[in-house]
Amino acid sequence: MPSIVKPLVTHPGLERNALGLTIRDYEGGMSTLCAGCGHDSVTAAITHALWESDTPPHMIAKLSGIGCSAKTAAYFARGAHGFNGCHGRMPPIATGASAANRDLLCIGISGDGDSLSIGLGHLAHLVRRNVRMVYVIENNGVYGLTKGQFSASADVGSTTKRGEANHLQPIDPIFLGLSVGATFLARGFSGDKRQLVPIFRAAMAHRGLAVIDVISPCVTFNDHEGSTKSYLFTRQHDVQMTVTDFVPPAEEISATIPTEGVVSIPMHDGATLRFRSVPEGYDPTDRIAVMEHLMSARGRGEIVTGLLYVDEQSSDLHELGNTTEKPLTQVPYEQLCPGSAALAGVGFR
Amino acid sequence: MAAQHFAQPRSKVNDFALKLANVNGTGSSSANNLLMRSIFRMGVPVSGKNLFPSNIQGLPTWYEIRVNKDGHVARARTYDLMVAMNGQTYARDIAEVTSGGFTMYDSSWPLDRDLIREDVTYLGVPLAEMCNDEFRGPRERILMKNIACAGALVAMLGIDMEVIAQLLTEQFAGKDRLRESNQRALRLGHDFATSHFDYPLPCRVETMDATRGSILIDGNTAAALGCVYAGATVAAWYPITPSTSLMDAFAKYCAKFRIDPETGRNNYLVLQAEDELAAIGMVLGASWAGARAFTSTSGPGISLMQELLGMGYYAEVPAVIFDVQRVGPSTGMPTRVQQADILACAYASHGDTKHVLLFPANPAECFEMAANAFDLAERFQTPVFVLSDLDIGMNDWVSPALEWDDSYVPDRGRVLDAGELRELEVYHRYEPADSESVAARTLPGVSELGAYFTRGSGHTIEGAYTEYPEEYQAVLDRLARKHTAAAEHTPAPLVDQRAQSPLAIVTLGSCELAVLEAIELLAERGITADYMRVRGFPFGAGVRAFLEAHDRIVVVEQNRDAQLRTLFTLETAVSKEKLESVLAYGGYPLSAEDVVDGVTKILGG
Ligand SMILES: Cc1ncc(C[n+]2csc(CCOP(=O)(O)OP(=O)(O)O)c2C)c(N)n1
Ligand code: SF4
Ligand SMILES: [Mg+2]
Repeated sequence: MPSIVKPLVTHPGLERNALGLTIRDYEGGMSTLCAGCGHDSVTAAITHALWESDTPPHMIAKLSGIGCSAKTAAYFARGAHGFNGCHGRMPPIATGASAANRDLLCIGISGDGDSLSIGLGHLAHLVRRNVRMVYVIENNGVYGLTKGQFSASADVGSTTKRGEANHLQPIDPIFLGLSVGATFLARGFSGDKRQLVPIFRAAMAHRGLAVIDVISPCVTFNDHEGSTKSYLFTRQHDVQMTVTDFVPPAEEISATIPTEGVVSIPMHDGATLRFRSVPEGYDPTDRIAVMEHLMSARGRGEIVTGLLYVDEQSSDLHELGNTTEKPLTQVPYEQLCPGSAALAGVGFR
Repeated sequence: MAAQHFAQPRSKVNDFALKLANVNGTGSSSANNLLMRSIFRMGVPVSGKNLFPSNIQGLPTWYEIRVNKDGHVARARTYDLMVAMNGQTYARDIAEVTSGGFTMYDSSWPLDRDLIREDVTYLGVPLAEMCNDEFRGPRERILMKNIACAGALVAMLGIDMEVIAQLLTEQFAGKDRLRESNQRALRLGHDFATSHFDYPLPCRVETMDATRGSILIDGNTAAALGCVYAGATVAAWYPITPSTSLMDAFAKYCAKFRIDPETGRNNYLVLQAEDELAAIGMVLGASWAGARAFTSTSGPGISLMQELLGMGYYAEVPAVIFDVQRVGPSTGMPTRVQQADILACAYASHGDTKHVLLFPANPAECFEMAANAFDLAERFQTPVFVLSDLDIGMNDWVSPALEWDDSYVPDRGRVLDAGELRELEVYHRYEPADSESVAARTLPGVSELGAYFTRGSGHTIEGAYTEYPEEYQAVLDRLARKHTAAAEHTPAPLVDQRAQSPLAIVTLGSCELAVLEAIELLAERGITADYMRVRGFPFGAGVRAFLEAHDRIVVVEQNRDAQLRTLFTLETAVSKEKLESVLAYGGYPLSAEDVVDGVTKILGG
């Protein structure tokens, strides 16, 4: 199966971002996923958010593991380098890339198998290190690429196409994140691009690791009646806990931020996160309060979406490592090598 | 008190071995160091090998010192002097004393009659008793017992007390109280020995001038320094004996040399990963993004890294991996030495993979080969392994002072910058390849024109996904050619053909000293042999020609399965029949006697 190159068609009328680029400039290769696969909608939302963010495509690094979801890294930002690694191993690869070049906007694309089974340990440690990157889990409750086995995010009672029920407790990346010190946690639904785009924008501007769990139905193996990750089930149970606007730095001055019952969180780069609607008493910066809200929502059987938790105060990988401001890849060799004279003090003489 | 007199066997001046048997966790290492360093300062070639257990406290631990004026300081198998301070191992230890040799023991307690050998002289020093009288508190008493023991040895071995005093002054600069108690303890042991025994012993040290210009250094420190000098900026690791001290040293030297004087910021980042899968992943990510990145590990870590090592090979991402080998299989003996990861590294990962390996033999080569490894990894866009081992990595070796050529320019390989990309009509990741079958890579963050999708799945020369045989094979075949091309860039073997013998002894890594000594010992018995020490894989013309030129080749290595020999048979045209093996794999560093015995047996049989 050869790869499919998407024809480059630009419409003169397309809107341009601050770099003069159209949305087409942020697209990638033609998707080879099943028609209707949730992952393609996530790709579209990411593409849109990247275009809006005015990021030069070459400053983006796309990283993924293995799975249908992982393939989607090839389907956006053709002007960016991509690293389609091994199953579950994207977090360390991304950590290394970000360590080497802190100016890259790293976008990690993963699946629920990739992140919550084989790569669970790496994900937890990526969170702990607070590597500055956007980490997307395209969550469909199954292993799509290996034809529909339950993944670790499958809910108890959810059934396969053949009617077999899952009995194992699911791993919820949001709860996991809260418990290991995540600084940005959101859940979205591939069917709701309007909600996803501002979440991705905020994630791209976040000071550390942004984990976005996107319910992204697998039309081929997990979209039937009895599945709790189907389009229908997700639509019926989706409760938008928060509605957020991402207000970029430039617009901040002109934007009139309404005050009624709204939480506004300044981001480190000058942007603002405006929570337009949150439930009574919901503070997206209060880890314990968020945990309690999510627990009771789970008890009610709700699939909670929105930007759920954010912490702009914690240091990221490079701040914790006190690394030099420019990317390590740009430090000239002359500054790295101590030179022969320094060897005089080496070893016992 | 009448001094105890000894029959004087043949002079063992600057030619002897001694072994100190202790209990782990009782602080014997500073006394051991003191002895080894003082001999070094007296200008005499010496080695100190720490045979320690995988344990924090309680198991037996030994320190072996070999002194040899001719520089033959590979491990000795028997000892002229045994310092038997561990009741658990008395029987074993005393059995290792040469006939006519000596055993020093703590005579605070009577020695078990059964352990007394007629042909060995026993030197009882009441160390515990003396230290209990002299020092307060259990910790100090135990520590000072070791120092007092060193004091007795200083007297018996004829070590220069001025050298010792100077060492203590250096070691305890600004810590007067500690220096004073150490001095007192040393004196205690020293004075007891001089007033009770005929000193020094026949096996003793006399000042020479053979260590001028040399330093004492361990291979892990040297390797770490090599990484600093080579310009590595990202290091990722997961703690494992015996490689941990490599990363500790890297962090230490970075803190010294890599902090930007203006900003106080670090020009490096050390990542303690959650496991070795992550460590190699971080290295690949960082190398892919353009940094010089490395990891250090040992056998179990190599096993965990397999999948991503194959990805590095196939997707052509540089990586440098230091494997400080220990005893396998499985957890094996973590604090003992072997060279048993040769094949696991040469062919690491599933599918058709082949890697580049470097085999340092001593700390100086660990230092040099660090830069070689980064140059090779980036030139050939592939993982490169430096296969050190526990003996090289963790023991102090007398080494020529490390040298660095300030005109060194890193070989970053073929990397296109934005300007070069603009010159191209189109950029493809895996073509065109140069004469060494390497295609130019590009780094993220540089130019859209160089963007490509790195993948471990089947790909075309353009870097696109494929499942067509001819497209897949085009890439795979080039990788094989690239590996072959790397052969002439790995360090050439060290060869000595002065004997002009049809018989050759071939070895690698830390076997060197034992093999060179064995060649001399064999020559004394009328058996002459040429010598080759292999320093890299794939094997270059030098290795192939040497194998070709000899009729009978004994390959000496430290593993059960003759892994280097296997690699010769797989990767050169040498006929299997010509190759024989001497294998040592019990976990202790190789001795010349092991080699002599092995070769003699082969020739006799
Ligand atoms: C080490 C390893 N084991 C197993 C596989 C097979 N495999 C490929 S994708 C996959 C599961 C993918 O599931 P998920 O991450 O949820 O992605 P999806 O396809 O559902 O998007 C598995 C098990 C593999 N590629 N590598
Ligand atoms: S199998 Fe499922 S996850 Fe994979 S492409 Fe098809 S719909 Fe998407
Ligand atoms: Mg899945």
